[in-house]
Amino acid sequence: MFRNNYDNDSVTFSPQGRIFQIEYAAEAVKQGSVVVGLVSKTHAVLVAVKRNAEELSSYQKKLFAVDEHAGIAIAGLTSDARVLSNFMKQQCLGHRMTYGRSMPLRTLVDLIGEKAQMNTQVYGKRPYGVGLLVAGVDETGPHLFEFQPSGMTEEMSAFAIGARSQMARTYLERNVESFADCSREELVRHGLLALRESLVQDRELTVDNTSIAIVGLEEPADAEKTKKKTLRPFQLLDGQDVKEWIDASNVPAEGEGEQSGDGDRMNVDE
Amino acid sequence: MAAMFSQNPVMNGPNYSFSDAPRTANGEFREHRFNPYSDNGGSTLAIAGADFTIVAGDTRSTSGYSINSRYTPKVFKIGGTTSSQDDATILLSVVGFAADGEALRDRLDAICKIYRYRHGKPMSVTACAKRLSTILYQKRFFPYYVHAILGGLDEEGKGAVFSYDPVGSYEREQCRAGGAAASLITPFLDNQVNFKNQYVPGSGTGHDLKEREVVPLVRRDAEILVKDAFDGAVERHIEVGDGLQMMTITKDGIEEVLLPLKRD
Repeated sequence: MFRNNYDNDSVTFSPQGRIFQIEYAAEAVKQGSVVVGLVSKTHAVLVAVKRNAEELSSYQKKLFAVDEHAGIAIAGLTSDARVLSNFMKQQCLGHRMTYGRSMPLRTLVDLIGEKAQMNTQVYGKRPYGVGLLVAGVDETGPHLFEFQPSGMTEEMSAFAIGARSQMARTYLERNVESFADCSREELVRHGLLALRESLVQDRELTVDNTSIAIVGLEEPADAEKTKKKTLRPFQLLDGQDVKEWIDASNVPAEGEGEQSGDGDRMNVDE
Repeated sequence: MAAMFSQNPVMNGPNYSFSDAPRTANGEFREHRFNPYSDNGGSTLAIAGADFTIVAGDTRSTSGYSINSRYTPKVFKIGGTTSSQDDATILLSVVGFAADGEALRDRLDAICKIYRYRHGKPMSVTACAKRLSTILYQKRFFPYYVHAILGGLDEEGKGAVFSYDPVGSYEREQCRAGGAAASLITPFLDNQVNFKNQYVPGSGTGHDLKEREVVPLVRRDAEILVKDAFDGAVERHIEVGDGLQMMTITKDGIEEVLLPLKRD
């Protein structure tokens, strides 16, 4: 018999030094639909394609607000993600109550990293079957983090996880130099273009299957130049709200090749 | 406890040859006590109208005859999505022990935020009112030392004011004054909001007198009433003064104004 004897639980190493249950969990992430995250110097953006299990069902939620300054995009088991999302919400709320300020992103991500790692070292538990992109703004600016079921967390300037996400990552790698100085509009545009790369043949981004989330630092409406930029709270866009963004990303920016055009031509919602 | 099992001499003090245990003036031992509460003075007031609710409080914070601060708010927005509370729909005023008041506000706010996460909509005032009662009663034997008043618009859009005792008894009212000058403001409110002791002119004498019909106040009148109530309280109570913080909820949101009060 060729049965694998080392994948019955998540606490046993194989002789090759692998833990199969964790690798299977990583596979679950690849089954989920693709999500993309990007950061500039001022904003962090998450975009996602939602899937419906069947024609008659609604679309599964992919983006979640965690606190006013942070949110997540998920790929994998939605139910596991909800557990993590609720945990993050509570931690952020508790942090705000005790310290009177928002939780730093690194702290938040480390929290779920440790929580996930526990499940890989305690007998009778299983790893979370979900990967996350955590986007948010803290006192050191906007951030994007990747989270894996193994408990691994890593800061990224742009990333994609989920089914066929390699295509999106390739797009992001080609354009990564330009992200830092992107405006909010350009960042969302790049996100949607990366997302499009990962779509299967003859599927499109529509108002039904696309979600966008934006968080960032912006000039306050009544700003004098000297004033500090203030938080634009984590905002989730679905349905008709994403229409103008999708339409804008359909129009090719002039002279757009590998590099994106500059933002002047894309005044989407000004 | 540890001393009971210790080999060392009893560790009930530094073991001086004299005793420095506290005594009363006539030489008896005096029990040491810690008082966890203090009174920070101030007063609050809330009035419900047909389609608005006003919650107001002075901004003075006192300790005995001293003023700690001339601007310490007692009225708070509750249950907004962000810490700026721009989209809050409920107001809470607390008067009594300021530290307890702020702790209570933080707890109620966190609960309203979790409610928003879970249900995707803000909590109704009636639900929030019941929840606040539960929070207060949970600390039945070490209460939050505050007189809380909750204000908002109910499901029909009508003004709603709920007032509480420190352990969570509550009722819905048209108006309520709380804090140091409550006893000074209340009779004024009885007369001006609920029209107590007001009768229809010429309706007779004695049992023939007809009471003036109670109608909800218009917003401008209610605002003037609040200012008058506090101006009166400031004259007669030393713990009230400095500034008047007045928040008004309407269907369009919450407006906040800060008016000066006498600072003597």
